[in-house]
Amino acid sequence: MSLPEEGNLPSISDSVTTSANSVDAEVFSSSASEAEMEAIAKRLRRYIITMTGKAGSGHPGGSLSAVEILTTLYLRVLRHKPSDPQWADRDRFILSKGHAAPLLYATLAECGYFPVGELLTLRQMDSRLQGHTDRTVTPGVEMSAGALGQGLSFALGVALAGRLNSQHYRVYVLLGDGECDEGQVWEGAMAAAHFKVDNLVAIVDNNGQQIDGWNRDVMNLDPFPMKWQAFGWHVAEVDGHDLAQLIQTFDQAKLVKGQPTVIIAHTIKGKGVSFMENNPDFHGKAPNAEEVKIALKELE
Amino acid sequence: MSQEVSLRETYGQTLVELGRENPDIVVLDADLSRSTMTKFFAREFPGRFFDCGIAEQNMVGIAAGLAASGKLPFVSTFAVFAPGHCFDQIRMSIAQPKLNVKLVTTHSGISVGEDGTSHHSIEDLALIGSLPGFTVIVPADAIETAQAVRVAAACYGPFYIRLCRPKLPLVYTEDYRFNLGKAVTMRQGNDATIIAIGIMVIAALEAAENLKREGIDCRVLNISTLKPIDEAAIIEAAAETGAIITAEEHLEHGGLGSIVAQVLARHQPVPMEFVAIKDTYAKSGNASELLERYGLTAKDIEQGVRSAIARK
Repeated sequence: MSLPEEGNLPSISDSVTTSANSVDAEVFSSSASEAEMEAIAKRLRRYIITMTGKAGSGHPGGSLSAVEILTTLYLRVLRHKPSDPQWADRDRFILSKGHAAPLLYATLAECGYFPVGELLTLRQMDSRLQGHTDRTVTPGVEMSAGALGQGLSFALGVALAGRLNSQHYRVYVLLGDGECDEGQVWEGAMAAAHFKVDNLVAIVDNNGQQIDGWNRDVMNLDPFPMKWQAFGWHVAEVDGHDLAQLIQTFDQAKLVKGQPTVIIAHTIKGKGVSFMENNPDFHGKAPNAEEVKIALKELE
Repeated sequence: MSQEVSLRETYGQTLVELGRENPDIVVLDADLSRSTMTKFFAREFPGRFFDCGIAEQNMVGIAAGLAASGKLPFVSTFAVFAPGHCFDQIRMSIAQPKLNVKLVTTHSGISVGEDGTSHHSIEDLALIGSLPGFTVIVPADAIETAQAVRVAAACYGPFYIRLCRPKLPLVYTEDYRFNLGKAVTMRQGNDATIIAIGIMVIAALEAAENLKREGIDCRVLNISTLKPIDEAAIIEAAAETGAIITAEEHLEHGGLGSIVAQVLARHQPVPMEFVAIKDTYAKSGNASELLERYGLTAKDIEQGVRSAIARK
């Protein structure tokens, strides 16, 4: 199988210019066109396939479903500096569904947080790219996640700190739909509304599946949007693979005052690879060499 | 007996002092601020106090997010609920990333009394002590509590401070200075050493006094920093006195006794006895009745000393 080598993979920072409106040239672009974003989304999918294939384990399904969500966030929404991951005023992205680490790593590498070639070290001994995210080792990773249910609470703490410090950063947290089985998610949802944080946006990667099958069969979440509404959140629903809709929805969320916003993004698990789409087998299983070859062909 | 002072009230008042000194200090509670005494801080700094309701897992996560953003969170509830209700949240959101969160719990052990088993925290030291990177402190009186809380605020990293419900007699004077990671020799002696924490320190001193009348000369150590443990003091006591008795208001497994035994097994094996709750849950009763029923009195320590010395 063909694996990317460090150096021959273009990174986003080569193909996207920094915003002319930015006060700081190092603050990442918000000017990528949808065509550029589509190309980048496809490249992220190739990286996810390649890196999990090389690692021989990992979670491709729930990484592929959120590709457009992260592409939109990192290319159009977040104010961040790949050259300074700890920049105090950065917008924060918190990956609560920590098993989608391959997607986050691919996105961070594309933005220039670390070399793209490092993606091939995923899950290896002494790699900075742990099986699930580890905030102590990976530049750009805000939270050590993987134990589901904890990210919304963490994000709420980050949002409250921003408010206490009169900082204007915004906090984005990505949850899985299956993750919303966890009671802590609803403790966090109740508290975020209670504390009236409007600098917090939760995105649910609503791909409809969890390890044991469809959510509706394993643990029914319906009526899902109404649950968030009842907990006091502003609720938006989008096609999670439609970049234009995502951009518009994130923009609108900035206008919501006095309450947090949840964006329920309807997605397809394994999106972009025919034999992975809607196939729970690829939740936590890497493609083999032959499957990698087929998948990369489909993603050309 | 000297004056009895509440550790919880001292904690609450110390938080207020610290809050005046450091604007980054924030306090979180889970609907128990009237009992943990974080209410004092809430009253003076309402904008920096977060009552998270009866939801400890979320409280721990919020604290982690605040700490990751440069705040200095103190988190309080009853010891039985944290780590009990939120162990994995403490593990993944605080311990693994080594975040600067101070967990100060109250109503530890069985001296909570009448509330019974559901409120008796007898496993918390085993749970918290198992987490890499956590500093664990069990103060013996109000003076040490104030000092330990200040040290926790001044040192980076996750801390667990365990406070009891009852008022305790002072074992220190106002000039005492808590030294993190160092055992304090409360009384010199050569025949055996009682190593105690928390409410058992006063019982250990009483036991040593009683044993003196039998001609047994006991050393008493307060080893209030349970982790990292003062290995040198334990080894020295074992070498010089030849017998060690631990005393803690906790299950026998996984607390002070286990930690001390591990140090001695490696460096200086001597006869040991363990004054602790055996493999059981306690029931409702008043604090002194419970301490007697479950073997946590000066008399139990005295028996332990005699037994350990007999095996020297």
